[in-house]
Amino acid sequence: MINGHETLLSSQTPEMTRRNRSASLWQAIFFGAIVIGIIMLMVLLATIVNQAFGLVIIVDKVPAAALSDRPLEELSREELTTILQNRLSKNRFKTIQRDHAIETMPLSDLVNLVIDNVVQPQVKKSYPLLQSILNRSEILELAKSDYPDARVEFRSWLNRRFLTSTMSPRPETAGVRTAIMGSALLILITIVVAFPLGVGAAIYLEEYADSRRWINRVIQTNIDNLAGVPSIIYGILGLAIFVRALEPLTSGAAFGVVGQNGRTVLSAGLTMALLILPILIINAQEAIRAVPNSLRQASYGLGATKWQTIWFHVLPVALPGILTGTILAVSRAIGETAPLIIVGASTLIMKDPDGVFSSFTALPIQIYNWTTRPQDTFRNIAAAAILVLLALLLSLNAAAILLRNRFSRQ
Amino acid sequence: MTSIARENLFKAPSRMEFLKKRFRKLEFGIQAFLFFCGFVSILTTIGIVFELGKESLLFFQTPGVNLVEFFTTTTWQPSIGQYGVLPLVTSTLMTSTFAMLIALPLGLAAAIYLSEYADPKVRKVLKPILEILAGIPTVVYGYFALTFMTPLLRGIFGQQTVQIYNTLSAGLVMGIMILPLVASMSEDALRAVPRALREAAYGVGATKLETSIQVVLPAALSGIVAAFIIGISRAVGETMIVAVAAGAGPKFTFNPFEGAETMTGYIARISGGDLSYDTPDYNSIFAIGLLLFVITLGLNIISRTISRRFREVYE
Amino acid sequence: MENQMNHQPQDGQFAIQASHMDIYYGNFRAVKDCSLEVLPRKITAIIGPSGCGKSTVLRAFNRMNDFIPGCRVEGGILFHGQNIYAPDVDPVQVRKLIGMVFQKPNPFPKSIYENVAWGARINGYTGNMDDLVEETLVKAALWDEVKDNLKKSALALSGGQQQRLCIARALAVKPEIILMDEPCSALDPIATLKIEDLMRELSSNYTIIIVTHNMQQAARASDYTAFFTMDPDRSGIMVEYGETSQLFTRPRDQRTEDYITGRFG
Ligand SMILES: Nc1ncnc2c1ncn2[C@@H]1O[C@H](COP(=O)(O)OP(=O)(O)OP(=O)(O)O)[C@@H](O)[C@H]1O
Ligand SMILES: [Mg+2]
Repeated sequence: MINGHETLLSSQTPEMTRRNRSASLWQAIFFGAIVIGIIMLMVLLATIVNQAFGLVIIVDKVPAAALSDRPLEELSREELTTILQNRLSKNRFKTIQRDHAIETMPLSDLVNLVIDNVVQPQVKKSYPLLQSILNRSEILELAKSDYPDARVEFRSWLNRRFLTSTMSPRPETAGVRTAIMGSALLILITIVVAFPLGVGAAIYLEEYADSRRWINRVIQTNIDNLAGVPSIIYGILGLAIFVRALEPLTSGAAFGVVGQNGRTVLSAGLTMALLILPILIINAQEAIRAVPNSLRQASYGLGATKWQTIWFHVLPVALPGILTGTILAVSRAIGETAPLIIVGASTLIMKDPDGVFSSFTALPIQIYNWTTRPQDTFRNIAAAAILVLLALLLSLNAAAILLRNRFSRQ
Repeated sequence: MTSIARENLFKAPSRMEFLKKRFRKLEFGIQAFLFFCGFVSILTTIGIVFELGKESLLFFQTPGVNLVEFFTTTTWQPSIGQYGVLPLVTSTLMTSTFAMLIALPLGLAAAIYLSEYADPKVRKVLKPILEILAGIPTVVYGYFALTFMTPLLRGIFGQQTVQIYNTLSAGLVMGIMILPLVASMSEDALRAVPRALREAAYGVGATKLETSIQVVLPAALSGIVAAFIIGISRAVGETMIVAVAAGAGPKFTFNPFEGAETMTGYIARISGGDLSYDTPDYNSIFAIGLLLFVITLGLNIISRTISRRFREVYE
Repeated sequence: MENQMNHQPQDGQFAIQASHMDIYYGNFRAVKDCSLEVLPRKITAIIGPSGCGKSTVLRAFNRMNDFIPGCRVEGGILFHGQNIYAPDVDPVQVRKLIGMVFQKPNPFPKSIYENVAWGARINGYTGNMDDLVEETLVKAALWDEVKDNLKKSALALSGGQQQRLCIARALAVKPEIILMDEPCSALDPIATLKIEDLMRELSSNYTIIIVTHNMQQAARASDYTAFFTMDPDRSGIMVEYGETSQLFTRPRDQRTEDYITGRFG
């Protein structure tokens, strides 16, 4: 009898062994799915880092040594200017004089100007990080045999120059400053438009709307549905409404701006605002719903009106949650690409945006554009731009998490 | 009577007067504004439906275009007057299918692990990682498909077999992108199953696996199905991954190693150039956009109907 | 029903008076034909089994039911000769005159000072705010405990202190009537006694209506008591209303007697 119980409770019966074995197998499979996800995330990041750094074989069109017997960095402003004047055609030099203040610009920028226009270094070949480390000697060898007068150097494609220069058709000199500023302006417009509208709608739905009225149910259902509409559809909407139908307004023609069409950063910002509006509303609704009802009752009990109650008691408590939700919605907007393509972000644009009516480019647009070019070097700067974008998103999300933590501690 | 209650804090001459309804301009103005904010979403929907509808109508009035051919012929070549949307639809179907082949099993397995197995500490670490995966912009996934997945596939199946642009690579990467969405929605569904149900299963001697698979999973099934359908809708509407990696140019093919343009990829490519208004090209993106809108909206509505049913069961 | 009220008020008028009031939640009638005349500057207790509609009736007195979707009041409540459910009455104005203290202390997540001052400020009080805050906190028997840290968050106070702060907050608006829904149910016995003493203090200037589950409390602290119970159809009805001493010693209705002697199912 005692024996019988022992076998019954033991995990050693053939039946239990089989069940346990299959149980742990399946547990491993379930866990494996998550591991695959994590591995993919790492591979993705590794791929990008791999492309953003590595050895490059550079051939200068005019070696710096042919310009002066001292390194360019040690030359004076006059000497550098003379080099420009001597080595460039008259027209080209004039153009440069017009675009840059040669007399006053920092000396390091002038050196860069000389390098870009006279030395004209060309990346003949570029290697990803992993290859650069593992096959370093072969690469050096190959450089020597195929490009006798080439330099081989290790390059971080993500560098100060990349962050501070404008777009350029040549990957060696292209940078993301214009794109970063475009993205910043775009997001600013998006927030200015979407935040009040989104929070307003959330307040309406949570505090005012009687959910038994059909109009309010329609609004709520509609918002839930809009949240699932693909972003490219918003792009088409933006193209039809903001770029085309409202062109006089969005191009600035109605405000005296000439020579611009509707494909402005304003159109893009408005499109993006509509795109994130449903998510923002849903997030803000959740934050408002989390405010305890007892607070509202206390306020009404003192003879406060609805708006006094909302403004003085509901919103201050809901604010951290609303901000967190907004940040999350905005970080979606920063990475969105498809709608920008449709409303017509320009890809090759050197001029920083100087107002809401300017043409613009944005970080994700640059990434897309560079990714689709066949040359390796464009892949490299695309990877560098992705790193910039991810850093931006990471800091935004960190801000959201900080806010959330402060919120939950209260 | 010197009591506070008799002090007149309020200017009103009498209580009767004091209690009278008053019109509060500020309150009214604010409420009107807030209603307008809510109404903007309706305007957005009206805008989408109206614009897509109007331009699609124009598209179907272009000479050479007709509705039947649009849905039945297999060549999309506006330059020679061939307007059959099928190649764009089939390649969308292909990329979405590959995506779901990745996202469904992995997403569900991850959800089961997170909801039934992981202890809270592990969960607290794993969830944010999945959230990061979900937060990466899709253009970055496109880059990943082109620089990692495609070379990998070409390495495995041979450079001759696999073209540089192919639907398989785009689909697989899209699956990774959708995985966190499916996982987190399925996990919510699993966690919504009441504890009592699990305890009942343990009570009759079921193991954890048997409980999870035979009791919890069926109970959460409609929630999980809803997650799957949302996943499909996301895959159909996804643009950047396919625009980068699936290839430019419509092609009617079922070969996963060949490039074929999807509906979204087509819209992105056509509008990427300088598109002039009121050309068949311009109108065609609205027609295809309308088709896309109808498909994704339908999927979303189905999904939400299913998950609402599910919620009703447990509330 | 009216005949049950056998005590005429001294100055010939009621503070507030419900007459033939029915309250519905959707189609469910939660309170049936309730008529209740409340005397000024007295403490009136409402007692009865759980779910008989005590809170519902109490909330009806300052139109707090307006916030519950589907809640509807039929019949009326007379206040200064005005039916507060008449279409031309502003519920916000009603609540300025009829304050409320809730079951769970619910101070605003702000400073103690702000909690008291806010209500007065939004009601257009223009006098010296510091004086008002002090005067009110003294009345609420809280001044000595908090006078040194008025800037501290109200959430840092104990439950009993929070509830007295909520009473102070209601007093600062200078209402005529204060409604209290089980104000002591979340408090310990000592804090409860403090609140009861405070109610007694306040009753010389204010009319107080209190819902309580605690029969000793009703017997101890109130002047008048109304006993509610549930009809077989689950609607609440008022069974008996009278002087507290009479109701607890010589109940006129069998159901009242069953309830106060603990024989109630
Ligand atoms: N918001 C509401 N919606 C629908 N029915 C409600 C609501 N609030 C209360 N009721 C119902 O009305 C009846 C009376 O409720 P009420 O809260 O007034 O009872 P109570 O006497 O205060 O009970 P307790 O002593 O438990 O607080 C109950 O049957 C209750 O279910
Ligand atoms: Mg109650």
